Amino acid sequence: MLLGIANFSDLCIFICGMISYVLLGTQGHKLLLRPTLFVLSAHLWLKNCRELMPSSYNASRFDQPVEASVWLKNFRITNERFLKQMKTQQKYIWSKREFTDEGHPLIEVIDQGLTRVKNASDSVGIVLKELKAQCQSGTFKLVVGVDGVNALWGQTTLRKEDKSPVCVFYVSCTIQKLRLLKTGPSNNGAVVATVTQTGSLFTPKAAYLPHELLGKDGFDFLDPFLPIQVTGYSEREFESCYQYYKDRHWIQHEKAHTEDGKKELIFLSNRNPAVLERICSFL
Amino acid sequence: MSNMAASRGLQLLTFFQGCRRCTTALFLFNSKSVFFRSPYAKMTIRRICMNMPLHGKNLAAVGPEKYTEEFIKKQIEQFNLGKRHLANMMGEDPETMTQEDIDRAIAYLFPSGLFEKKARPLMKHPDEIFPKQRAVQCGEDGRPFHFLFYTGKQSYYSLMHDTYGKMFQIQKYEDHFRAKDLFSKDEKQINLVGTRWLTKEELEELLVESISTHDYRRFIQLMERILCLQYCSTEEEYILKFRQKLEAQSKKHIIQPLQYDEDGIAFIEGEGRRKAANAKIILHCNGSGRITVNGLNYLNFFPVLQDREQLMFPFQFLNRIGQYDMDCTVSGSGRSAQAGAIRLAASRALLSLVTETEAESLRQAGLLTADPRIKERKKPGQEGARRKFTWKKR
Repeated sequence: MLLGIANFSDLCIFICGMISYVLLGTQGHKLLLRPTLFVLSAHLWLKNCRELMPSSYNASRFDQPVEASVWLKNFRITNERFLKQMKTQQKYIWSKREFTDEGHPLIEVIDQGLTRVKNASDSVGIVLKELKAQCQSGTFKLVVGVDGVNALWGQTTLRKEDKSPVCVFYVSCTIQKLRLLKTGPSNNGAVVATVTQTGSLFTPKAAYLPHELLGKDGFDFLDPFLPIQVTGYSEREFESCYQYYKDRHWIQHEKAHTEDGKKELIFLSNRNPAVLERICSFL
Repeated sequence: MSNMAASRGLQLLTFFQGCRRCTTALFLFNSKSVFFRSPYAKMTIRRICMNMPLHGKNLAAVGPEKYTEEFIKKQIEQFNLGKRHLANMMGEDPETMTQEDIDRAIAYLFPSGLFEKKARPLMKHPDEIFPKQRAVQCGEDGRPFHFLFYTGKQSYYSLMHDTYGKMFQIQKYEDHFRAKDLFSKDEKQINLVGTRWLTKEELEELLVESISTHDYRRFIQLMERILCLQYCSTEEEYILKFRQKLEAQSKKHIIQPLQYDEDGIAFIEGEGRRKAANAKIILHCNGSGRITVNGLNYLNFFPVLQDREQLMFPFQFLNRIGQYDMDCTVSGSGRSAQAGAIRLAASRALLSLVTETEAESLRQAGLLTADPRIKERKKPGQEGARRKFTWKKR
């Protein structure tokens, strides 16, 4: 999972919260066993959205049922065993006849969101809120991964029905994530976030520092963080990635299995992980 | 005669202006008499028979000879004289003046702004300017000189006759040996490597007569038949007259010398062009495959995979990926043209680091050929180079 975040170069990964927990590389994957880890892709949520509905929870905000339901499905598959253990801490009423009682496993909330697509975004919000609350109380450790966190403070292409632009803060998912990312004094988790230019809108291509990409608001919000610069693959990393792709049969071309083919891949991708992935996907 | 009168005057220069097809000789000099070219001036009255061309334009049937032999000789004299004058003017040695020096001198003395190169003033040997003419073929009484005159293509048929005669001789020679039982199959064959048969145009030039493709093919077939004979080396001289040497293409490429910078690392400069893009590269020999284009990493400059593949091509071909560093500056045109320009520059730079066989293989692969395609000119009356305006019926 952590590899998935680290697969984009020319970006900074920064960590807030407890620094000692999240480190990239070999130490990182040990965290996967105990706490929950879930990855959000902020960029995907805030652009090219087909349906934008006014939120059922708060009328001034906007919902994204499609993205929310997709995310819920993935989240459920990856973190199922933890979710069965976690219980809700308050009662949630969905509609006149449907509600989730206090003390029920969180999975029910997710299922509710999946079945009733209208309530999907709300259930996402509930899940995030619950996780944060329970993490703070100390039952388990939480690691949140956000890909493209600069999208939360950037501009969007989302528009209302009358074609007027929507401010980022009026999208419910942003509010949910921001609440999640806010660090408190007794935080029992960590956030691993990436700042990328590749998916962001209206940012110059050469920008890659967090200051440029996050803007003043974002920078202040995430302020005490640890910036980590990720460069292209080193020799060992490239070798391991290459072997992984070969093992998974991504690299189909016979010539790519040779030494020369490897050199060609190095040249064409210039050891950039994202580019290498794109090349290997059809090789 | 009037010719002699003209030459007595001070001739500054003789030069032939105008395109070669319609040559008009102008004589520039101080003397009072002006010479008008007239083909019949000196010629005694001769009856020249007109033979109808059998098909197409027959060089033989041009009509009355435009340029007599004396006329051509005269031109050559005047050309040589003019050359000496020119050398005198330019301060060069008249004995060692080559055609290139003459061209340069003329371009200097008569600067022309015309775009068409053939329309500019030129001074060349008369043999190159006046088209080769056939000598008069019929005598005073109207009887032709050559026995094959009435075939219409006398030179061609006489050539075929000669060639067949040679073949017949070779066969007789062979039979002679066979009769004596000395026929050996290991005779030395003619070396035809690096030569090709004359093209139809060249053959026409040689015969001063136009021939059809069918005739040409028959001739080549006959020559091939001769080559199949075992003892054809006896007529080697005759056969080689009809073979044209091929130039070695690889000699045309200029190999850049290696230069050394401050750290002692060898580097080579290369230039390349494609469409309207110009690229200059510096190829460092001890490198690890780092390429910089206009200050940016090549991955950022060429986000498209296709362009990077073009950059990789010369190195991949020689199996030397990752051995060199490159520093490129490129400008003009679009991304694909820029990539092509850099590729050409890289191939040219690599020539100095590569063996001869590898250089030949590079040339064969087409990496050293500059792509001649350019944007086609927009024509008036059309919207683009080929696109016409929308056709409206009314």
